[in-house]
Amino acid sequence: MRALTRNRLGVVGSVMLALAILTAVMAPWIAPYDPEASTEVSIEDIYARPTAAHWLGTDDGGKDVFSAFIYGSRVSLIVGFAASLISMIIGGIVGLVAGFYGGRLGNLLMRLTDIFLVIPDLPLMIVIVAIVGPSLWNIILVIGLLGWTGTARIVRAQALSLRERQFVTRARAIGAGNLHILRRHILPLVLPLMVANTVLVISLSILSESTLSFLGLGDPTTLSWGGMLNFAFTRGAISAGAWWALVAPGLGIVWVVLSCTLVGNTLEEAFNPRLQSHHLQGEEKMVVRPAQAQAAER
Amino acid sequence: MGVADPQPPLLEVRHLSTHYVTDEGVFRAVDDLSFRVMKGESMGLVGESGCGKTTAMLSLLRLLPAAGRIVSGEVLLEGRDLMALDEAEMRALRWDRLSMIFQGAMNALNPVRSVGDQIGEALVIHGLAPGLGAAAPRVGELLEMVGIPRSREAHFPHQYSGGMRQRAMIAMALACSPQVVIADEPTTALDVMIQAQILELLERLQRELGLAVILVTHDLSVVAELCHSVLVMYGGALAEYSNVDRIFNDPRHPYTRLLLSAFPDLSRPEGKLISIPGHPPRLNDLPPGCRFAPRCPQAFDRCRLESPSPRLVEPGHWVACHLYEEAALDAAG
Repeated sequence: MRALTRNRLGVVGSVMLALAILTAVMAPWIAPYDPEASTEVSIEDIYARPTAAHWLGTDDGGKDVFSAFIYGSRVSLIVGFAASLISMIIGGIVGLVAGFYGGRLGNLLMRLTDIFLVIPDLPLMIVIVAIVGPSLWNIILVIGLLGWTGTARIVRAQALSLRERQFVTRARAIGAGNLHILRRHILPLVLPLMVANTVLVISLSILSESTLSFLGLGDPTTLSWGGMLNFAFTRGAISAGAWWALVAPGLGIVWVVLSCTLVGNTLEEAFNPRLQSHHLQGEEKMVVRPAQAQAAER
Repeated sequence: MGVADPQPPLLEVRHLSTHYVTDEGVFRAVDDLSFRVMKGESMGLVGESGCGKTTAMLSLLRLLPAAGRIVSGEVLLEGRDLMALDEAEMRALRWDRLSMIFQGAMNALNPVRSVGDQIGEALVIHGLAPGLGAAAPRVGELLEMVGIPRSREAHFPHQYSGGMRQRAMIAMALACSPQVVIADEPTTALDVMIQAQILELLERLQRELGLAVILVTHDLSVVAELCHSVLVMYGGALAEYSNVDRIFNDPRHPYTRLLLSAFPDLSRPEGKLISIPGHPPRLNDLPPGCRFAPRCPQAFDRCRLESPSPRLVEPGHWVACHLYEEAALDAAG
């Protein structure tokens, strides 16, 4: 956590993410209109320019874009968090088992991971969603079930090195079984890395959801940013010059994805030993620099 | 004591052989090792680095790394053969009967869990406490026994000093009141003062609790101080095994003799320190005859052809050297 506050980008990301979550939770109080409510519209209300009544103008149905934008954050965040939770659980289990037990089972799991890694995600998602039907939970499941490979590989690498540490031998000497060692000794050391990775997966999941919705494969009963883009795009917002109907959801996606990436990168830097520099590497802390050492030797 | 005792031993190892099977060939890390430890006895296991001491000890606990194989031998603890137990029985027995103080306490402690938790863990696993919370009073007791205040229980390994970590490891080894404690170089990486404290502590606990201790070390002075019997290992095999007096005053194996002359002796300050020329053998490329023959000043033709097996040269004194074949025959006859 100290690393998080030290890193300015991390702070910016967390504030951005907090704002997005706050918006989603408080949507009914923030949004001036209920996007679900039926309204009577006249021809002037369609793609009306931003005014005091409609801060971000109206969409093709004459509804308030700002309200839709506020409510749309809910879908993006729910899909993002739920799908990455699924990814984290699957990736974590696969990685831990493959890394800790190794052997034939570990190899099998890693080959499976490789297969999932090389399949292009988007076409597969489109096919699956088209078959199972575009409901919110189907989309979450599809994104979650296809997004665990990165987590699995990182967790496996870490478990593989932890398993050789002496405190694991000591735990065995104490009489601990595999499950106990996994739960009590490996997991606490892998978990921070898993969390950092999951935050990064959240941004990927949100992007996937937006992509699917934009392609018309989103849940038709809920309003998401990708869906808003899809409606605006297919219903003539561009020819009508209604930039507000495209910019709002687009910026929303960028906002949330950027915030998750910033937070995730910062966490990963703090937790992943490979990305960390040695405490003697910092220039001012280094006692003797290699160049100086060489000069001294001569 | 121990070597020649008529009563049944607490721990008896018979013809233990452990190999590492790797891409670079088979490493014969322990070859035909036999010894016995009585209740309350402490045995010193001495040898150069990489001569198979730690492997032999890990074999007793059946905790070898993945490449390690126990090829043959029996380990009898109170008459039960540990090699014949299944994994669950072995788990129940580890730490409860046979515990270990690991080399380098920092690495043997999990950095993200408190020291108290890790000591309590052993109690919980062996059913001596229902949970970590309930284990706390006993953990405090154990810590106090090794001279660490109870209040340090919740601290993490990095908040302990090196000596304290080693004490905590000792407390952990005693958690389930085992009969045999293996101390694998308990004083490496500690300064001389702390070394002395740790060894004193070990000796006191051994006396008070009647423990059998196997002390793995390459420090002969520690052995002279603490141990009743000494087993000298060379290149994975037994070189000489007897009680501490005989090893120090009447060593028979040329390696033991050289090893002793390589240590300073306060009673003979003018005596020269001798280093043994050559290197210990590579365990995947052992010489055909005696392992020590290439470095042995007394080696003769037979030593280069035939590997000597341990023989009794006098009651309670085993030597694996061709020089003593005839003496062995006399003792046997």
